[in-house]
Formats: sequence, structure tokens, C-alpha cells
Amino acid sequence: MSSWKGLESLSHNFLTGTLEGFVKWSRKSSMWPATFGLACCAIEMMAAGAADFDLARFGMEVFRPSPRQSDLMIVAGRVSQKMAPVLRQVYDQMVEPKWVISMGVCASTGGMFNNYAIVQGVDEIVPVDVYAPGCPPAPETLIHAILTLHEKVMTGEITRRRDKTGSGAGIDLAEETPGWVQASATPVRIGTPK
Amino acid sequence: MGVSDGLKFFGGFKQSIKQVAEPRVTTQYPKEKAPKPPRLHGRHVLNRYEDGLEKCIGCELCAAVCPADCIYVRGADNDLDTPTSPGERYGYVYEINYLRCIHCDLCVEACPTEAITESKMFEFSFTSRADAIYTKKELVVDDEGRPQHMPWEDWRSEDELHTSGWMRATSPAGNAAMEGEVQWSAELGYGTRYPEGGQSEKRNDELTGNISIREVEKKKISIKLGGKVR
Repeated sequence: MSSWKGLESLSHNFLTGTLEGFVKWSRKSSMWPATFGLACCAIEMMAAGAADFDLARFGMEVFRPSPRQSDLMIVAGRVSQKMAPVLRQVYDQMVEPKWVISMGVCASTGGMFNNYAIVQGVDEIVPVDVYAPGCPPAPETLIHAILTLHEKVMTGEITRRRDKTGSGAGIDLAEETPGWVQASATPVRIGTPK
Repeated sequence: MGVSDGLKFFGGFKQSIKQVAEPRVTTQYPKEKAPKPPRLHGRHVLNRYEDGLEKCIGCELCAAVCPADCIYVRGADNDLDTPTSPGERYGYVYEINYLRCIHCDLCVEACPTEAITESKMFEFSFTSRADAIYTKKELVVDDEGRPQHMPWEDWRSEDELHTSGWMRATSPAGNAAMEGEVQWSAELGYGTRYPEGGQSEKRNDELTGNISIREVEKKKISIKLGGKVR
């Protein structure tokens, strides 16, 4: 048993496959976010949690005040150089498995704050799984990012989360439209005078 | 403690039971989208003229005005036999980094040929930074004048309809007498867009896609004020 490495040492069979699917489903279904609102994006994050968009539909309504209890860090807002070590510490205190959504352009690349005070993208500090664009992203965009992450959790492996490049779950996902996106119908042309 | 005291316990449920009959306010996002106003800013499109030529002339004004420095444009001379745009030059590199774009619409205001406008689609997210940089290949509208759909974007049919808001405003000159006068060029697939209504009676909300906020928020307004909440 000296080489015991947890689930990684198990070979894949029917039982572990079913178990893996169940674990993935349960991880996806109650992914509790850490409270990490830094700027105006946090307002949209709160709006997504409130009645109008209702993150409780995805089992995510509890924003945990303690990083020990949370699975997902939504970095909402611009990260200043002074906040960067705090952000990294909160990430380190979270228990594996953990995911990061970089919400908004400021968190993703610095956005319009291209200066010495703001970190030019949180992926310089923590590994980011999904980027949500927008300034700030509307609740729909955040929910889109969360559903993309759910897709990533469901299709990725539970034991080895990071691949060699260190980015995400080591899977190629963006080639196809995810299943929850509805196919768009033929648009009705309005707005054109006769 | 009598029977009536015991029933008081159920009094607490009165508010909950009352709420059951109220309209639901939640937008079930992946299933449906909330209605969007015609001037909303979303992902950009690069428009084309009705004959298929691109509107962009590569003047780089959008890149100059962009406060987030997310646009990169390079112009090149048109081939005289097979021109890409009607002008002397065209934009042969056009890139927008959506992890920098703040959707302020200043590029749309700066554009002299109405080449760049914004669609109504903002529901997208990326799993890699490379996906976020849209090149001309993705931004130019297709042969029917409709925006192209990337796999990581969530388009619904209504998002494609009013692909720009600012240019449809009443009068670019600000002169009320010019209201209802079309002062922009026709677009591939859509023709000439209808002008928005302003102070005058010359308006057609159906054609411009204008919706009143009272209609959208009806579920939160009391019946006494014309809403649906009891």
C-alpha cells in the first residue's frame, strides 16, 4: 500500500466509471463559490445570486465566507498588486478540487486599467478555468461561464484535474456547442422598412 | 393555551401562501433570455454593404478611440479589380480582444462608415485566452448579413435583429427637425434600418425593437400601477 495514491491507482472499470460520473455530477450540482467580490463585477455577481437570475437553480446560492468550504472562486473585479497575495492565499486555502472563474475584463486582463497598479490578468497568480468577458459581465454572462465550467467538470477527469500545460481540466471542449445551448431558430426579420 | 393560540402558528405561513400566487420574477436563463433594449451593447459585428462589400475602410479611428486598447486594425490598399471595400483602402487586419473590451460603444461612434456596430449578444465565455481574440474572420457578417456564431457564444434569434443601437438614434446632428430622416447606409441582409423615435410622434417601436421598461418589469410592479403584483 506504499504506492497508494487515492483514486489514481485504481484501474478504470464499470464501478469506478459509475462512481466517477456520480462524483462529477455531485461536484457540478453544488459548487459553492467563495465570496471574492473586488469591484463592480461583484454587484452583478450578487444580482446573479438574487431572485432575478437565481443561482440557487444550479445549487450555488451559498457564497461561503470561508475559503475552506468553497469549491469555486469567482474573481469579480480588478485585482490590485496589493490584493494579489491575498487572492493567492485565499486560493491556497481552498480545498481541492477547486476552480476559478475570472469574471470581467479587469480580472481577466486588466481591462481598461492598463497600469502599474492592477494585475494584468489573474491567471498570472491562479490557474483560471473560465473567463467571463464584459464590463461588468451581465448575470447571464456569469451563468454562461458557470455552465461552461459545469460542462468542463462533467467532461474532465476527477483525479488529474490539471494537464501538462497547467490549463484547465486537460480537455478540449470549445470545438462543439455545449448541450445546454439551444440551437437558434431562424430569425424573424424586423426593423427593416418596407 | 386554547385552540386559537395553536392556530396562530399558521399565521406565519400567510405571507408565504400569498406569494405562491404572485408572478415569478426569475429569468430561467439557459432556457430563456430576458428581453433586451435596442441600444444594448454586445459583441461587435463588422457590417457589409448590400452589394457585399465591406464597410470598413481601415482608418483605425476605432483603435484610436478605444479606451481599453482592445482593437487592433491595419489598413491596406484595395485591389482595383476585386475591391474588398468601396473606398481606397480596407481593413485587412481587424482584431478585438474581448477580454479587454468594455463595450463602451465609442468605436461605433467613431466609425465614419458605420462599419462596426454592436450586436445584442453578450452571453459568452472563454476557456482559453486565444478564443477571446476575435479576428476579421469571426467579426465580419456572413453573406446574409447575420453575425457569425462561435461555439462558445449563446445566440438566440432575437439577438441578431438589431445589431446596432447608436446609429439608429433620432438624429446624429441633434436637430429635432431631422427626426425620422435616415442618415445611414443600408446593410447587407437588413437594408436600411428604421430610425428610432424621439420627442416627436414619428416612431415605430415594433420596427426599431423598442420596448418600454414597464413592459419588461411588469412582474415587479403592483396591479394598481399597471403591473402584475397583487
